[in-house]
Amino acid sequence: MTTAYEPNKVLVNEEFKVVGTRPIRPDGADKVTGRAQYGADYNAADLLYAKVLRSPYAHAKIRSIDTSKAESLAGVLAVVTGADTIPPKDGESADFGLGPQPMKYLRDNAIATDKVLYQGHAVAAVAAQDVHTAEEAIKLIDVQYDVLDPVLTAPEAMKKTAPILHSDLTTDEFGNSNVADHFQHKMGDLDKGFADADVVIEREFNTATVHQGYIEPCNVTALWNDDGRIHVWLSTQGPFQYRDALALALDIPQSRIKVTPMEIGGGFGGKFPLYHELAAVLLSRKTRRPVKIVMSRREVFEGTGPTSGSNINVKMGAKKDGTIVAAKAELRFEAGAYPGSPVGAAGMTSFTCYDIPNVVVDGYDVVVNKPKAGAYRAPGAPNAAFGIEQVVDELSKKLGIDPVEFRLQNCAKEGTRRADGPVHPKVGGIETLEALKDHHHYQSPLTPAKNGGKVGRGVAFGFWFNAGLQSTVTISVNADGTVNLVEGSPDIGGSRASISMQAAEVLGISADEVKPLVADTDSIGFSFGTGGSRTTFATGWAAYEAANDVKAQLIDRAANIWGVDPESVEMQDGIVRSKTDTELSMTFKDLSAQLNDTGGPIIGRGSVNPAGVGGAFAANIIDIEVDPETGKVDILRFTMVQDAGKAIHPSYVEGQMQGASVQGIGWALNEEYYYSKDGTMDNSSFLDYRMPTSLDLPMIDTVIVEVANPGHPYGARGVGEVSLIPPQAGIGNAIENAVGVRFESLPMKPSVILDGINNQNN
Amino acid sequence: MATVFIPSLMQELTDGRQQIEVSGSTVREIINMLEESHPGIKNRLMDGFKLKGNVTVAVDGEVSPIGVLAKVQENSEVHFLPALGGG
Repeated sequence: MTTAYEPNKVLVNEEFKVVGTRPIRPDGADKVTGRAQYGADYNAADLLYAKVLRSPYAHAKIRSIDTSKAESLAGVLAVVTGADTIPPKDGESADFGLGPQPMKYLRDNAIATDKVLYQGHAVAAVAAQDVHTAEEAIKLIDVQYDVLDPVLTAPEAMKKTAPILHSDLTTDEFGNSNVADHFQHKMGDLDKGFADADVVIEREFNTATVHQGYIEPCNVTALWNDDGRIHVWLSTQGPFQYRDALALALDIPQSRIKVTPMEIGGGFGGKFPLYHELAAVLLSRKTRRPVKIVMSRREVFEGTGPTSGSNINVKMGAKKDGTIVAAKAELRFEAGAYPGSPVGAAGMTSFTCYDIPNVVVDGYDVVVNKPKAGAYRAPGAPNAAFGIEQVVDELSKKLGIDPVEFRLQNCAKEGTRRADGPVHPKVGGIETLEALKDHHHYQSPLTPAKNGGKVGRGVAFGFWFNAGLQSTVTISVNADGTVNLVEGSPDIGGSRASISMQAAEVLGISADEVKPLVADTDSIGFSFGTGGSRTTFATGWAAYEAANDVKAQLIDRAANIWGVDPESVEMQDGIVRSKTDTELSMTFKDLSAQLNDTGGPIIGRGSVNPAGVGGAFAANIIDIEVDPETGKVDILRFTMVQDAGKAIHPSYVEGQMQGASVQGIGWALNEEYYYSKDGTMDNSSFLDYRMPTSLDLPMIDTVIVEVANPGHPYGARGVGEVSLIPPQAGIGNAIENAVGVRFESLPMKPSVILDGINNQNN
Repeated sequence: MATVFIPSLMQELTDGRQQIEVSGSTVREIINMLEESHPGIKNRLMDGFKLKGNVTVAVDGEVSPIGVLAKVQENSEVHFLPALGGG
């Protein structure tokens, strides 16, 4: 039985006119009628089509590349290889969502130069008059490889006998190895903490490599104009980051590159990095014609960045009274072919939900022969939580304490020192858990089995930092009393609406009187990409600043029209009025109509790089049913609770929570990169890489908690990621509750469940 | 003076000290003062005039959006942390 969907319960609700309401999204009509322009829709009269040749091997030296046969094929216009790229300068780096990384590695990942480091690694690209000719031509490129042994997991890659991927990758601690980085967070006295504990649990966990699974494949069209200017149209979360990285890769000024972000069909962190865009630009440089590349789904799986597989040891100890006194984690994360996994964030979020006096966390960033890891919603945190939240669950059971009460007893709050050092500011962990505990799902009996299987319930908890970073917004006032809002943040989850609403609130107009435009990189100031749950927080803040700039100018203009001191004029709820003379009053619309004749147009601007980012907590309750005959797990009921600070547009907060929950269910139960021993992926299609469909899911019930973030004008916290952290562990806890077996590896697919049950019975 | 929390794996440069009191009005001044008393620490934190790519700094719990230019108060806490990402 699945539960009926219920409207959300908003626990705290300050009175705003626009913020907190649910207007229709400005891009909705175009998207539901198919008129919205995505990257694959871009067309031009002299368009060329390109395909990328990719490595069939997981690890090999490139001995030679002969492109002559491909170049001589009728209809082929150009071929490029790594030899057409420029070596980046020392110290150059770009940030694609996992922190700044050396351009050398990012360039080599886009087109291999001397080695291929994963199956699917780009080696060459061909531009032709049609896509079929391009497909035929890449088959004519003769690449001679010296095939090397691959290494596919972090523990294997850390062994001294492992094949080394990079001869120049060294650390003081490990020398030349596959370990790119090691960090440690340490607080208190771990040995004393475990000595004081009455119960200690220690387990080892593994999580598989999984993809973000965005529906729209990566795509790009690039034009190198005859005047040397470059225009790129693509599906991206970060148009400015692309522009800047391309400029470094091509060693040209940023001002010569214009990036136009097309509508985007999902990203989840995976549409930041530089992939085939470099090849498209290089092919256009040779042909001086626009060159378009659209990846196949196989290319998306094999040639773009999934999130890391990981190996995690967790040890935690608690006293009989339920106080957690010690915790230790060792995190080994696959970075893929080049350094830069999300292990840093995994380490910083490992025990951040709790107030624990004695903690040590060690993290290792390890290169392996898989695609370079990309960001994926709260990168790294779900991996760590899968292990830690199962150990927390087990501790609560050993101590005979309700799992939510146990978490509440140890929950971090304002002033709690985190293991990585800083103390929590105002956060909503306790309020989130209280809402979970009070929810009718938690108060209700376990959902009955649908098919006669074994049912169980699990809960889990998660924390994510969220991001701030730079955003720019301009607002111009139209004579009809509407405004045009220009921003640089691609709209993935409804941010045109949530950003417009924050401007409308200031100006006292309705959300549909704000006309938002996501502009190209020539038309708005620098804005970091849409990721890190930052857009509604930071770009919304820039909109708030721009609207206040407009408001100040409107007050000045009205004072000028009336011949009074601007200090005597105010603007509230869309009305400009004198504070002292009730006869002097104008609506925003009336004043807008007079602007051109009283001094000219008004434009407001806002640019921010804000601190005050509010971290967010999420927790879930999950009822599942296990079929003991097949090992299949069905989700019977799923409730997600999340602190949004202030839900600017509650429908889109709910959408983020539901979407992340579904991704967590897929990650927990089915999704994995399945590799052969030679390092080739065996399931690079949606037929074999099993993501949840609507038939696999109940309606995800959502509860928005609002513990206002004092660092934002409306109290908003980022909402796009944290709900992906607890589902995997919550499902693991529910399965354990159902069948009495603790599963330590993701995915918990039917064959694994069946083996676990059979081992228990034997 | 501000309290600087030394990252665990850099404590070899501070004779095992986990926290050090340092005077300075910006993170850059703090790092320069630390370098005088504990040579080698600046090289672990900075590349030229900026923090290394894999390092961020938090002052009083707030990750600085302006890196080493962040102001530090008399009783501030300064933490050097791994760079975070986001999806």
